[in-house]
Amino acid sequence: MSSKSIPYLLAAPGFILLIVFLVLPLVSIIWPTFFDGNLTFASYIAFFQDSYNVSIFMRTLRISLIVTFFCALLGVPVAYYIARADKKFRSLMMALVLFPLLTNSVVRSFAWINILGQKGVVNNLLLATGIIETPMSLLYSEFAITIGSIYLFLPLMVITLVGIIENIDTEIMEAAETLGANRLTAFLKVILPLSVPGIIVGSILVFTGTLTAYTTPQLLGGNKNMMLSTFLYQNAMTLGNWTNASVIALIMIVTTLIVMRIFNLIASVIDKRGEEQHA
Amino acid sequence: MRKEKGLTFFVSLVYAFLFIPLFIIVVTSFGENPTIQFPIEGFSFKWYANVFENAAFADSFLLSLKIAFFATVLALLVGIPASYALARNNFMGREWLKNFFLSPTIIPGVVVGYSLFQFIVITLQLPVFQGLLLGHFLVSLPYIIRVVGGSLEQLDFSIEEAAWTLGSTKAGAFFKVILPNITSGIFASFMLAFINSFNNIPVSQFLSGPGISTLPTALMSYVEYNYDPTVSALSVMLMLATIVLMYLIEKTLGLSSIT
Repeated sequence: MSSKSIPYLLAAPGFILLIVFLVLPLVSIIWPTFFDGNLTFASYIAFFQDSYNVSIFMRTLRISLIVTFFCALLGVPVAYYIARADKKFRSLMMALVLFPLLTNSVVRSFAWINILGQKGVVNNLLLATGIIETPMSLLYSEFAITIGSIYLFLPLMVITLVGIIENIDTEIMEAAETLGANRLTAFLKVILPLSVPGIIVGSILVFTGTLTAYTTPQLLGGNKNMMLSTFLYQNAMTLGNWTNASVIALIMIVTTLIVMRIFNLIASVIDKRGEEQHA
Repeated sequence: MRKEKGLTFFVSLVYAFLFIPLFIIVVTSFGENPTIQFPIEGFSFKWYANVFENAAFADSFLLSLKIAFFATVLALLVGIPASYALARNNFMGREWLKNFFLSPTIIPGVVVGYSLFQFIVITLQLPVFQGLLLGHFLVSLPYIIRVVGGSLEQLDFSIEEAAWTLGSTKAGAFFKVILPNITSGIFASFMLAFINSFNNIPVSQFLSGPGISTLPTALMSYVEYNYDPTVSALSVMLMLATIVLMYLIEKTLGLSSIT
């Protein structure tokens, strides 16, 4: 055995398992969507000509975008706060963020059924105070999926950001303050631009996470507010429409890749601008 | 350090947002009425008793433990040698291979689940246990590659070369010198992979069979058709398990090892 082949041999078992149980199954569901004897895009064209399908596709993008925006908006100040806290307090705050992240997503979606349901906390509160007279239907709506997804992915955003903001030199921050910038200006003009790489990484995780999450839209969205993931499941397991399920599968993969590409492009554009300013 | 009051207030609100929903679950688990309500009337442990009396939950809990354990062990068995090969050698296609090993994270969970359902359940007609095991192996593997790979990249391989020079075989050096130096990375990756496999829904949802499901899928279908505090009680038990697990990780590796 030549020593050159050793690394390939060590990697071979994992490689083979991935080929057989990831690549092969994927190819075998995607392949038939393009070939019925000849190369055809008919399944995809048909998918996007149906306005119901398009509405699900657009809803999925819309919710993912809103969730990413709010996770960044809420997550950046929290991560900034954690990154600058003293060591003991910092560990506690990180543990508290980690806890929901490690708790099952069914539990975290169920929490919002209790809050938004017909007999939920919000309706009870509003009924008791006389603000409304009949319960509002908040659950099984796009709003419910959105808030449930923000709840699901905020910890991930915070943890990703803390790792990056921590590495920003505190001296830069102090320098900005010494030179007369107030806290808020220093935050907006110094910390925020330096946190952009973290925000990009976090946004990729949150956006693709929301785009593909199954539990939250299933439990909080109901049948009228499908997202691509629940629509795939319905087609595959309830309707038995395997062609449609496979079409949705490829659309989800391609959308994920495009989203990652776009975020990385944004990151490189911002990077370049930063370099020009320094030059 | 002077703290901005506004920032502290904002951060407190975000933490309240994270914990109030979980707190409500804890409270509702003790209610006496057969539907979930908040605030509760009376005080009772009967929903906890209900969880233990529900055979489906007990069975699915054991299945989840087994699947998460064996899938992660399988991922370690193929993942450690692969990570070692990737970290130790500069061979052709190394970057590509590393990305390939991490690729299950890029493919959406429902897509992995659906394609495995077609392949394993419909085409190969393997038993449910094998199907779930393979599906969860795909969930676990990227965590092993990333975390074990990370600790290998920080390792100074001259200690291995020293062992070779002193007459150790390559395999001997690996087991006696390399492995002991990456044990904390292995444990951290095990924990991460185990937790993520245990919590997984989309892959399990497609691969569960009639009467056989993992705990999260069993809980999910219970939530879809029932609205009683049994769900709250089981949720509290899962949260307690998370706390115990976090405590153990903090005492051994430190929580920072898994973030």
